[in-house]
Amino acid sequence: MADDKKKPSFLADLFAPVGGFGVTFATMFRKLETEEYPEEKRPTQPRYHGRHQLNRHADGLEKCVGCELCAWACPADAILVEGASNDDSDGGTGRFSPGERYGRVYQINYLRCIFCGLCIEACPTRALTMTNFYELADNNRADLIFTKEQLLAPLAEGMLPAPHPMVEGLEERDYYQGKVVRATPEQEAWVTEHDAQPEDGLAPSGDPVEGVDTVTTRQVGRDTTEAVRR
Amino acid sequence: MGIEEKLPAGFLLTTVEQVAGYMRKSSVWPATFGLACCAIEMMAVGTPDYDIARFGMERFSATPRQADLMIVAGRVSQKMAPVVRQVYDQMPEPKWVISMGVCASSGGMFNNYAIVQGVDHIIPVDVYLPGCPPRPEMLLNAIITLHEQIQNSKLGVNRVAAARAAEAAALAATPTHQMTGLLAQGAGSGHTHAHGHLHGTDVSHGGVA
Repeated sequence: MADDKKKPSFLADLFAPVGGFGVTFATMFRKLETEEYPEEKRPTQPRYHGRHQLNRHADGLEKCVGCELCAWACPADAILVEGASNDDSDGGTGRFSPGERYGRVYQINYLRCIFCGLCIEACPTRALTMTNFYELADNNRADLIFTKEQLLAPLAEGMLPAPHPMVEGLEERDYYQGKVVRATPEQEAWVTEHDAQPEDGLAPSGDPVEGVDTVTTRQVGRDTTEAVRR
Repeated sequence: MGIEEKLPAGFLLTTVEQVAGYMRKSSVWPATFGLACCAIEMMAVGTPDYDIARFGMERFSATPRQADLMIVAGRVSQKMAPVVRQVYDQMPEPKWVISMGVCASSGGMFNNYAIVQGVDHIIPVDVYLPGCPPRPEMLLNAIITLHEQIQNSKLGVNRVAAARAAEAAALAATPTHQMTGLLAQGAGSGHTHAHGHLHGTDVSHGGVA
């Protein structure tokens, strides 16, 4: 029809070549849907399968008993565990977990691990759980084999780093019944006595910060490392 | 490569290195190269939700001759290995490789005769990225890690010196087949990354003392 084919106005003609930029300009005022990853991280789902963590009892002893069930459950053969007996005697290697055995060597190869969570299901003591941490890229294969001191949970309030004796008068089952709430003064005295730098080993007063940095800086250099390298 | 390679070492070359590194890392063009399920996540990184274009990488190059970065996304089978190598050879220097996912990095759960146990057996890898498959943020994290490497890469005489040092370190390192005892010793003590000379340090299945 003749009415529809009206001649465009002078202004419309003038701005027609750059009209498309209007879309670009208007976009600047719209809500941003893109995840600005390195600056603002969108939280994962709470049960996201991220990096593993080796948990501790409330007094700082390790929950891992070195049973290797996680290694047997692993479909990708990513986990290496080597158990050893706790040794409470004088001059022994010390006690790392309540009960008989502990995980002396614990390694997870993150270039094999498929984050399926079968190791978590297999763990009888809930020693192994998963965090939501996922930034694992590295430039060589060897550094992506995480060792025990990297995987151990950071010390929370009231925890003492292993090795140290169990709470007096309690046995292994009491640890799993929640009768241990924090390290006792006797345990602190033992750690102070057997440690060259006592202020280094004592539990931090603040809240534990989750992340790899805390794990590596706070745990490295104590007897666990020596035991692993032995 | 260009005139920047002819510069004498010192203050001038260091400045040029920084500028060239900044330029290079700001527009790394990836090659379209998906092999398996990781490629789905790699494609997700290109969507507006994650928007790889924020890193100057919007153009997934369909030809390796115009690509700088190869993201090996997925398991590399023995039959695919020569193809991967050929695509890599067709890319112009400077070029980088991200090994995305555990299958590409070490074979992952496919520890069998059909899968190459780590793509670094056939091409040099700059960044290894765990995950099965890695979530898009993990790939972005790997890209940022690679950007840091590119920013600090050397030119000219410094590049030659760095290559010499890397080769010397690789020659001095304990070969995988000689590694005995606990793996912590191999992983912890003075390992250096040598570009192009790092073969199979996947020692998780080695012997135990």
